[in-house]
Amino acid sequence: MSSTTASVTKVRTASAGISGDVIFAAAAKAAGIFVLVLLGAIIVSLLIGGMPAFIAFGPGFLTNADWDPVQQIFGGAVPIYGTLLTSVLALAMAVPLAFGIAFWLTELAPVWLRRPVGTAIELLAAVPSIIYGMWGFFMIVPFMSEYFQPIVIDWLGDIPLIGGLFQGPPFGTGVFTASLLLAVMIIPFVAATMRDVFMTVPAVFKESAYGLGCTTWEVMRAIVLPYTRVSVVGGIMLGLGRALGETMAVTFVIGNTNRIATSLFGPGNTIASLVALEFPESPAGSLKLSALLALGFILFVISFIVLAVSRMLLKPRAN
Amino acid sequence: MSTTMNVASEKLGMAAPMVRAAAEGMNEPRIAIRNLDFFYGSHRALKSINLEFPARQVTGMIGPSGCGKSTLLRVLNRMYDLYPGQRATGEVMLDGQNIIDPKLDLIHLRSRVGMVFQKPTPFPMSIYDNIAFGVRLHEQLSKSAMDERVEWSLSRAALWDEAKDRLNTSAMGLSGGQQQRLCIARTIAVRPEVILFDEPTSALDPISTLKIEELIDELKDDFTIAIVTHNMQQAARIADQVAFFYVGEMVEVGTATQMFTAPREKRTQEYITGRFG
Repeated sequence: MSSTTASVTKVRTASAGISGDVIFAAAAKAAGIFVLVLLGAIIVSLLIGGMPAFIAFGPGFLTNADWDPVQQIFGGAVPIYGTLLTSVLALAMAVPLAFGIAFWLTELAPVWLRRPVGTAIELLAAVPSIIYGMWGFFMIVPFMSEYFQPIVIDWLGDIPLIGGLFQGPPFGTGVFTASLLLAVMIIPFVAATMRDVFMTVPAVFKESAYGLGCTTWEVMRAIVLPYTRVSVVGGIMLGLGRALGETMAVTFVIGNTNRIATSLFGPGNTIASLVALEFPESPAGSLKLSALLALGFILFVISFIVLAVSRMLLKPRAN
Repeated sequence: MSTTMNVASEKLGMAAPMVRAAAEGMNEPRIAIRNLDFFYGSHRALKSINLEFPARQVTGMIGPSGCGKSTLLRVLNRMYDLYPGQRATGEVMLDGQNIIDPKLDLIHLRSRVGMVFQKPTPFPMSIYDNIAFGVRLHEQLSKSAMDERVEWSLSRAALWDEAKDRLNTSAMGLSGGQQQRLCIARTIAVRPEVILFDEPTSALDPISTLKIEELIDELKDDFTIAIVTHNMQQAARIADQVAFFYVGEMVEVGTATQMFTAPREKRTQEYITGRFG
């Protein structure tokens, strides 16, 4: 009886097992390759779609600030500038606050508060961007136009050199408001990453520093930050990547004007907001559609560079 | 004066502990613990500890894992303050001051009671800065005075010859044993009165262990030393006084010779003869 069972088992293993392995390996391989094919397909289709615009305008596409559907002249300078400016401004606002949140959560907050606040941050990171957009339009924009912008324009607008950044009518919308909203959106993301990397610092390193007589801030500055520097920068880059591609929230509040305003309170646009607004009005095969696809390709390249740099920085160190 | 003592202990070499142990007289206590209890939340990890650490001598603490030795060390520099829910009651006197008083200045205490950990913990900076970092927290020194202090502490930690040509390179490039000596140098650079060692050689190879043991033997000319070790031979080699801990209690304390040749308590005898632990 038992010998029969054994031989049956053997036969089954020898045939079905091996062919099962082969099929499974092939399926897994196909799934892996699919990712590469998909990535390549997106890049190639964007490039092919954008090619007429690249050919028509040449390298000048990057520096030309005109977007004139009537005369069929399309330049990417304004949205490219708007994309980079709003993202960098958003980072400048978000990083200090995110650092404060992460520092408080890992070193200072009472233990019973850490988990609920940490969960709240993760929830904030999961809020869909359309909700941030509506919230920004109905809450932040009125606040900016009624209180923040008039005060700042009065206060800083007359200062030589930097005053020009804070002039113009207080519409509430504009580049600054879009940056602020982007900052709000990436804070949870950057704070959660920073908290996670701060927690990777072995307790014994921090205790060594405390044991020498360090204050909490000295431990953070001299031990935790240098120890996690690379990962912190990587986390910031991931936040930057998110800010670069954000569409809906920015479209709600940036003002959507194809002009490089000298004032931060002036309107502008970004690649993502321009594409979102213009795409429905671009007939297939038109030069305008091609220009939008070319902008998409440029955004892809910028995001890819940011992601590659952050991946490089987030790579675990050799020791 | 300390140099002559250095030379003396170097000449004595490994025979030093035996000479010391033969002398019954202990120095006056630097730290005196009375009725110390320690709690992790509601768990009582130390029970009514009474123990004195004689000045400029080595007190070894032995016992099975989880019996409170490291906990006691962490009371002596109030490291437990970092963690909510941990508290101590009783009295730990250092120079006439109760160091578990909540109002005590912790920064000052930690400049007087230094600590070396089980694993080497070099900071992510240069060798020079590893030493200067702790000094800068407590003193404002000129560049030349700082150079002197760095050289002094690296020399005392027997690392100067190996490190003098690479002071500005990262401390991460040192070997494990060198890193641990760097941590010792970093601790003595602050010029504490007491140094706590928490199993300082358990992550090191035998040669590095020997160097650290010789170092501890020299350091006791200037510092009062408390060392937790799982290695009873190590306790016998370097400690003047040995305390045996078991499940949160201090079972017995005596000179190293007495503890390892004629323990008074049955539990001590069972532990040192390897019947448990």
